[in-house]
Amino acid sequence: MKRVKRWLPSFLLVLPSIILVGIFVYGFIGKTVFTSLARVKTKSGRIKAPGGWANYSQLLADDRYQHAMWNLLVLTVVFVAGTMIFGLLWALLLERGVNGEGFFRSVFLFPMAVSFVAAGVIWRWLLSPAKDGQATGLNQLFVHLGMPGLQSSWYSSGKFNMAAMAIPAIWQLSGYIMALFLAGFRGISEDQREAARVDGASEFKLYWNVLFPQLSPIALSALIIVGHMSMKMFDLIYAIAGQSSYTAEVPATLMWTQMFQLNNPTAAAVNATILLVIVAVVVVPYLVYTNRTEKGGR
Amino acid sequence: MYAKKIAALAMASMLVLAGCSSTTEESESNESTTSSSTPKAGGAGGEVGVFTWWADGSEAKGLQALEKMFAEKYPNDTFKNLAVAGGSGSNAKAKLASDLKNGNPPGSFQGHAGAELTDYIDNEQIDAVDEIIKQLGGESVFPKSLTERLTVDGHIYSVPVDIHRANVVWANSALLKKAGVTETPTDVKGWIADMEKVKASGVATPLSIGGTWTQTELFESILAADLGADGYNKLFTPEGAWDSPEVKSAIEDYKKVLTFTNTASDGDDWPAATDMVASGQAAYNVMGDWAVAEFEMKGKKYGTDYTAFAVPGKEIVYDFLADSFTLPTGTKNPEATKDWLRFVGSAEAQESFNQIKGSIPARTDVKPDGFSKYQQDAMKDFKELPIVSSVAHGAAVSLAWSSEVNTAMSKFYQDKNTDNLASALAAAHDKYGK
Repeated sequence: MKRVKRWLPSFLLVLPSIILVGIFVYGFIGKTVFTSLARVKTKSGRIKAPGGWANYSQLLADDRYQHAMWNLLVLTVVFVAGTMIFGLLWALLLERGVNGEGFFRSVFLFPMAVSFVAAGVIWRWLLSPAKDGQATGLNQLFVHLGMPGLQSSWYSSGKFNMAAMAIPAIWQLSGYIMALFLAGFRGISEDQREAARVDGASEFKLYWNVLFPQLSPIALSALIIVGHMSMKMFDLIYAIAGQSSYTAEVPATLMWTQMFQLNNPTAAAVNATILLVIVAVVVVPYLVYTNRTEKGGR
Repeated sequence: MYAKKIAALAMASMLVLAGCSSTTEESESNESTTSSSTPKAGGAGGEVGVFTWWADGSEAKGLQALEKMFAEKYPNDTFKNLAVAGGSGSNAKAKLASDLKNGNPPGSFQGHAGAELTDYIDNEQIDAVDEIIKQLGGESVFPKSLTERLTVDGHIYSVPVDIHRANVVWANSALLKKAGVTETPTDVKGWIADMEKVKASGVATPLSIGGTWTQTELFESILAADLGADGYNKLFTPEGAWDSPEVKSAIEDYKKVLTFTNTASDGDDWPAATDMVASGQAAYNVMGDWAVAEFEMKGKKYGTDYTAFAVPGKEIVYDFLADSFTLPTGTKNPEATKDWLRFVGSAEAQESFNQIKGSIPARTDVKPDGFSKYQQDAMKDFKELPIVSSVAHGAAVSLAWSSEVNTAMSKFYQDKNTDNLASALAAAHDKYGK
């Protein structure tokens, strides 16, 4: 009786969220997986989805899906590398101690306060593929600067077009990575630097051998955060390239097309499930890792 | 202090409860009236939510005019505007698709008449409206070329309100004059030759284009022009051969035409491209006849500042699309919806609506007086010319099929590979057209 008294109130407190998360997250994941395995035959007798795992092999073999996957790969690589490099660079510059650090910190962090959709509307114009006489946005800037050779079709064409789509995303999130790294630098006590300098380490060696190794947990979590962000990036691409754009298609936007334009919820569910598995492959090992290190630290 | 708060809270919750109960009562009383379907003077009462993508420009003005007239004719019914903005209705269609899947249909929704509705019919999301079409006058007022495109398995599922033409070339008169183009070309090759002349006269962009669906519209216009009405219409039957030499040669023409255009990205909407003709940056633009409103908004005059002609070819065709209203299955107030359908199908409503929107009435018994010169020409053309259905606007193919065509067009814009496009179009036909 006494035991029940101890755990019951706290259990009751979290019960609503357990139920809500159970239904609206895990219940729906279950429903999506279930839908993805369905066999669908229309009134006219056309078999839309063969059912079972064949649904998956059908989608994986689809040219359009492979194209979307390639786009996602390009986007992820450029986006992750870009945000990490710029984030670290800005953190380094601020960490060296500039005047008005607070001001610059806000300047770099500010893009994150803007929603992807609102930023997308502006970037849609900036990344317009129109050239020379009709140029707008960045292309026009290059023309005015007397460097017309730098004009590009941006995300609109080419095999690596999604690298251009990563630019707005990098612009938006590198400030966040900067904040993470900056916090990491601040967490390292001043004594260590002094000690290294006394031992005769150059500034480069100080960073390379003393400071960076201590930032690796932060770098890992930053990597995971931006990595899975690129997988679920829908709003930015939707706002910039328009709905159901083929050239800028990634699995997340393809899912929208499958659901609302191709009238094929089964294919959309298959797509969603695959995306979930990919994200899980990245995120779950990280969770296991942090869980272990936290336990070790205790 | 606390007492006040509690009182306010109690008040608010009571209001909420009262609101809930009143709405349930309303829907119950509506359900009891579904059995009868004879029109009641002044309307059956209750609310009719009308879902459209007419949120902007002349379309929104036309809808407002309809709303006002509907209120006068059916004082018992309450019109509720559920318009969702977005070019060519793509945002609206997504909203609609989820509403329909969730069993929450609007009173009536706008759909492009024709094959686009087959998805809804296949999913049993809309009901047939044969009775209303008959009450409106049936084939004595709606042309046969229209009703046979609306009929699926012997039933008609929507009431058409307007007819648009998609294959119109809009041309900037001053630029054509400067280039020495004095006559309207007689086929696509001649049109390409004219573009060549325009380019030589120093215009960087002889033809302006927008995003993917405007490219689809341009392509279908060239396809219909090269193949003629019979050849084009046959493509949508089970025997249609999308990788035939004729289609490939039309693709070649389209490819040639694309060399005269500006660079567009997938999501660009049509007004920017049409404005290029109005402002003299481009000589030609292919767009449906709703572009008239864009020219008028810029203060341009038909005949002097700009001209319009059908995409020239083997024969001049009328590439048609129509807006229509449906009766969704399981809508809450079907009687008020039927009032709305009877109203938008009436000659008076179509007259005032189409005069504002720039399209022509779906009914043939509306007098041409009061319509613009362009509209009067279009009404005459619709009666006399062979009719073909638009792909980009869902008259010829289902939503899923047209989405596949758009993907193929977008791919073609990148790789310019004729064989790839032909085989993608053939694959889409195999998937949905057989």
